[in-house]
Amino acid sequence: MSTTVTTPIGGLDGSPKVEQNYLTNGHTLKSWLLTTDHKRIAILYLISITFFFGLGGAFAGLIRYELIAPAGNVLESETYNKVFSAHGIIMVFLFLVAVIPATLGNFLLPMMIGARDLAFPRLNLLSWYLFNAGGALVLAALVNGGVDTGWTFYTPYSSLYSNTNVSLAITGIFLAGFASITTGMNFIVTVHKMRAPGMTWFRLPLFVWANYATAVVMILGTPVVAITLLCVVFERTFKLPIFSPELGGDPVLFQHLFWFYSHPAVYIMILPAFGVISELITNFSRKRVFGYHFIAFSSLAIAFLGFLVWGHHMFVSSQSMYQSIVFSLITYLLAVPSAIKIFNWTATMYKGNIRLDAPMIYAIAFMGLFTVGGVTGLHLATVSTDIHLTATYFIVAHFHYVMVGGTITAFLGGLHFWWPKMTGRLYNESVAKWNAVLVFVGFNLTFFPQFVMGFMGMPRRYHYYYFAPEFQPYHLMSSAGATALGLGFAVPIFYLVKSLFTGEKAGANPWGAHGLEWETQSPPITVNFETVPIVTDEVYDFDPVGEHEELMAKLAGAKS
Amino acid sequence: MFNFPMTPPAASNFAGEHDALFYAITFLAVLFTLIVSFLVVFFALKYRRGTKADRSRPMYENLALELSWIIIPTILGLAFFGWGTKVYIDMRTPPKDAMEIFVIGKQWMWHVQHPNGVRENNTLHVPMGKPVKLTMISQDVIHAFYIPAFRVQYMVVPGRYTQMWFTPTKKGEYHLFCNMYCGTQHSEMGGRVVVLDPREYADWLANNGSKPQTLTVAQAGEKIFNKVGCNNCHGGADNQRAPSLAGIYGKTRVMTDGARYIADETYLREAILRPSNKITKGYINSMSAYEGQLTEEEVVSLLAYIKSGANPAASEPAMSSALAAKESRISEGTAGNYVGAMQFNSQRADATPTKRGNKMNAVGAMAAEKVGDQ
Amino acid sequence: MASITHPGHGDGHHGAHDEHHGPGGVFHQYIDLEQQNDSYIVGMWTFLVTEVMFFGALFLIYGLYRYAYSQDWFLAHEHLDYVMGGVNTFNLLVSSLFMALAVRAAQLKDRKVVLRLLGGVMVCAAIFMVIKYFEYTGKFHENLYPGPTFTKNAEILHGANLNKAQMFFGLYFAMTGLHGVHVVVGMLIIGKLMHMWWKKNPMVTEDYIPTELVGLYWHFVDLVWIFLYPLFYLMPRPDALAAHASGGGGH
Ligand code: HEA
Ligand code: HEA
Ligand code: HEC
Ligand code: CUA
Ligand SMILES: [Cu+2]
Repeated sequence: MSTTVTTPIGGLDGSPKVEQNYLTNGHTLKSWLLTTDHKRIAILYLISITFFFGLGGAFAGLIRYELIAPAGNVLESETYNKVFSAHGIIMVFLFLVAVIPATLGNFLLPMMIGARDLAFPRLNLLSWYLFNAGGALVLAALVNGGVDTGWTFYTPYSSLYSNTNVSLAITGIFLAGFASITTGMNFIVTVHKMRAPGMTWFRLPLFVWANYATAVVMILGTPVVAITLLCVVFERTFKLPIFSPELGGDPVLFQHLFWFYSHPAVYIMILPAFGVISELITNFSRKRVFGYHFIAFSSLAIAFLGFLVWGHHMFVSSQSMYQSIVFSLITYLLAVPSAIKIFNWTATMYKGNIRLDAPMIYAIAFMGLFTVGGVTGLHLATVSTDIHLTATYFIVAHFHYVMVGGTITAFLGGLHFWWPKMTGRLYNESVAKWNAVLVFVGFNLTFFPQFVMGFMGMPRRYHYYYFAPEFQPYHLMSSAGATALGLGFAVPIFYLVKSLFTGEKAGANPWGAHGLEWETQSPPITVNFETVPIVTDEVYDFDPVGEHEELMAKLAGAKS
Repeated sequence: MFNFPMTPPAASNFAGEHDALFYAITFLAVLFTLIVSFLVVFFALKYRRGTKADRSRPMYENLALELSWIIIPTILGLAFFGWGTKVYIDMRTPPKDAMEIFVIGKQWMWHVQHPNGVRENNTLHVPMGKPVKLTMISQDVIHAFYIPAFRVQYMVVPGRYTQMWFTPTKKGEYHLFCNMYCGTQHSEMGGRVVVLDPREYADWLANNGSKPQTLTVAQAGEKIFNKVGCNNCHGGADNQRAPSLAGIYGKTRVMTDGARYIADETYLREAILRPSNKITKGYINSMSAYEGQLTEEEVVSLLAYIKSGANPAASEPAMSSALAAKESRISEGTAGNYVGAMQFNSQRADATPTKRGNKMNAVGAMAAEKVGDQ
Repeated sequence: MASITHPGHGDGHHGAHDEHHGPGGVFHQYIDLEQQNDSYIVGMWTFLVTEVMFFGALFLIYGLYRYAYSQDWFLAHEHLDYVMGGVNTFNLLVSSLFMALAVRAAQLKDRKVVLRLLGGVMVCAAIFMVIKYFEYTGKFHENLYPGPTFTKNAEILHGANLNKAQMFFGLYFAMTGLHGVHVVVGMLIIGKLMHMWWKKNPMVTEDYIPTELVGLYWHFVDLVWIFLYPLFYLMPRPDALAAHASGGGGH
């Protein structure tokens, strides 16, 4: 294989190159709103989640502004509680669960396996509508006065005590949950049944494996949280006693059911990111991935074991001592598959021919940040240390490291990598590189101080801390970092949008990357491929040595 | 303002153990982070496109390597799991001689009852060097009792007792936080933990407030026992109407369906609030449910009374139980014990109408009607 | 990637086309009918897995509380009419039989029989809903639904603890209600399917897979009821109560 841009498939049999692409195929609003093309739906989803990310980020800004002063700046306690609840709910249910699968996954999965579309295109469109309907309900709940339960909706506070718009918000989450279920079903069927001839399971790109594992978690977990949250609504509206102790229910049962989904949900958030990183590392190291089978199977292991550790969120919740011990043990075992991935990626870089473009910088940032987030997960997986650390800022730092430092960094890397494929345009590479560095620095400044302050005992979900002013310096650092981080997240919107109008034309394969998606034109035609591709070899057959020699020869040629 | 403490004070028997473990895991964490970061950056520079590096014979699969980085983290993980679990089991097993203090959480204040009846709000006084066991329950939503300096925390759940224990090791004042989100004033549901040396603690108990003499928790329980009418059925010995409760605490009870339970706090609470769930062998379900009719404080008092060896038939009142021996100068201290900045808190809490009140009445009414039906 | 391409079975679709069926009712994203049918079947099973998890959570809640409150729940359950429930169970079993036969007839492309059998399924489903209607209204008249107006009369519940009984009826309504919604959705789908058969739509007449998918769904709905019926209507007497009764108590 060469690093040069390969010709679009249409050219091979001499037929005229097709000028049409999925973006130009229909210009009316209706052609977008009623599209069943997975690529257009991916773009629609991208718009929706960017909106929700901006909104969630705005709430994060409010949190950080408020916490600069120990006695608060502008908000009432009640409002503060609504703000962090809105931040958590939007970021988790309306952003992070969907971000990679519904955008990059939707766009790439069919192309990567050589299919024309997902198995159920109309279901896919329905998924987007459900997602937005859910988002609209959550917004309605916020506009109507907000929700103050936190994103975890613990009973009996959420079911009997809070007099905010809990039911409305939950209904919204319920709908968004169905969006996630439909996406999951679509992915599973597509991977099982729509692979192009010759695309065997072990020739699948790792991104597909990761999304497949994610889809399994989605369809198994989401229905449980849907019904659990519905029970909270029943309890609120009909006083149907399920979780409230005064009516005979068990408040801790809610936590079991909630985390039965919400722990696997954190793997819904990270597995697709793992998939993106696998692609980025191999493509920018110009080298076949190290330990393909181990990476693929560790995704499945994570999806499976992920269902057995929910109790590690409940070490101090009055579950029995033995339960806690077992959950702690399985959590430790679950850390191993993540370690496998990290080490395999590192080994992939060994003897590579590495290009440090913006996506690769994001990938490298991911490796560092996710590792920090992951290994601090071990502090929490150990019951005796978790007893001190639970519900402090240590946890806030842990999960922002894995969710923002992990997933969002991977998403940004992937978005930059596939942007030319999606839009046919190149963005400004050097701005993108410096922005990646800004995100990395801003992120660490925001969330590293939170580890220290968490260890010192700063509780989360605290509006005031005037009685404990020793935490203020850390809050200050964190707020300063958040400003830089917010900037780092906003800038890409500008240069990416700008590239749509002024960006250089990308060509089919600007990175010289490998994978079926790069063998069709950019942007692709509506049916992805002119003809059904036939796959004869595994995906990542790079040749770093040959490439290096080629480059050297070219340089030598230029010199002489 | 800009001093930089980086660690919490260490003031209990667990602090040392906990911190050792914490730093060990941190060491592991930093080690692995450094290894990964170093390798990634090193490779990224060494094998950057265009550098002269040996790229011959690349590797794509290596079972030995894979196994080593599966097995080494697994072993390390298991080792830390083992260590952590050992400390944890310790933390969950209070010593037999621990002094028991009752904690009741409600939106948004802590209410503490010392064994001899002294009460305080949003503050917890404990003696240095003595193991202390907290038995906690919530009156509304879930809270969590968190003392960072002691490295202990546990949720305070409505409808069931939870426990935690510690031995304070250093005099001083420490933060007390509610660490489970519980509504509007969650962040202000805290206060202080004051560690006194045992003599000071005894004095503090004795001189606490200037209110008239009061009862120990167990005595208060006895009063309730007689007032509510438990003694109508439960006498000094098993009788036709009901089993005796004398010395029942800790005994094994046999139910009609053959099940056996140890009569611990949870069992007794259940037996009082929802007696129909577990019927003692030889009796029918004639005791009515007291759920919604007794406050958590009253239940706690009844429990203390039953645990003190309740024996209503005997002429000698429970007063004489060991705890009550040095009772003479102890006084009711609710108002007197409000401390510092937290005071307004509890006042607001009292003024806040929660939905709780109404509902409890409704449930209570139901239970009452049920009594009528039987 | 070393992949070559060849003309394949491409159906010549270029550019603009959305929901047009290719030859033989194949949607554009599929290579051929076989792939489409396989996808449908895998899709339906995946969907049923989500349904299992959905009901599974409720069954779990039921199980835990039933274990904790067996006695009160037994007393409360005596208010459910096991005859009505039994008739409905039988009724759904018959409908399942009809459905199975309908799928068989669809394979044999016997349109008249398919229509007749699906009609039979519809009748059964309607009977089911009517009986449910009577059961529900009965409970409503007796104020046996959760909420502040839950019956004030403990005697009607044979002396069960009112909170526990309320929980029982709450779960009863939640679970059978959710099941009822599934039955109604099933009726709509079967109605649509019958319409297609009636109009001789080649999607169904040429190919039995759509009929089979509806059948799978319907069997699942029946299966849920097969669990609901014994759990709610046929509780065994807890031992404790037996002893109580032999002791001369009881009501
Ligand atoms: C993307 C999301 C994501 C991911 C991937 C993870 C990954 C992990 N999480 Fe995290 N977690 C959250 C999101 C996530 N978490 C959130 C949102 C919460 C809080 C929810 C709330 O309460 O609001 C939370 C809370 C949380 C808790 C509960 C704390 C509490 O409430 O008291 C625990 C406890 O065990 C935990 C543990 C772990 C572990 C062990 C991993 C592991 O999977 C990490 C594995 C990775 C590594 C370990 C790094 C790579 C490995 C190496 C470099 C080798 C070295 C390893 C060894 C020696 C074993 N997390
Ligand atoms: C995906 C998940 C996600 C993400 C991305 C973030 C992002 C951030 N979070 Fe979030 N956070 C959570 C998930 C997430 N968080 C969750 C689940 C909780 C727990 C909630 C609970 O307790 O219930 C939490 C809680 C939480 C707290 C604790 C609050 C408390 O306990 O009292 C804090 C405090 O510092 C915080 C800060 C931040 C900051 C500074 C960012 C920054 O990274 C944000 C930076 C981003 C921006 C500033 C926006 C960028 C601007 C644009 C993109 C342009 C705008 C675009 C348009 C208008 C279209 N978060
Ligand atoms: C109407 C008579 C009656 C009254 C009044 C009554 N009880 Fe009971 N109690 C019983 C009977 C009968 C039993 C045994 C059946 C059972 O377990 O429910 C019992 C059992 C108990 C038990 C469980 C003992 C065991 O056998 O394990 C406890 C504890 C208890 N009662 C406490 C109380 C308290 C506290 C009060 C007052 C608040 C009270 N009872 C009021 C009749 C009564
Ligand atoms: Cu009480 Cu938080
Ligand atoms: Cu978890």
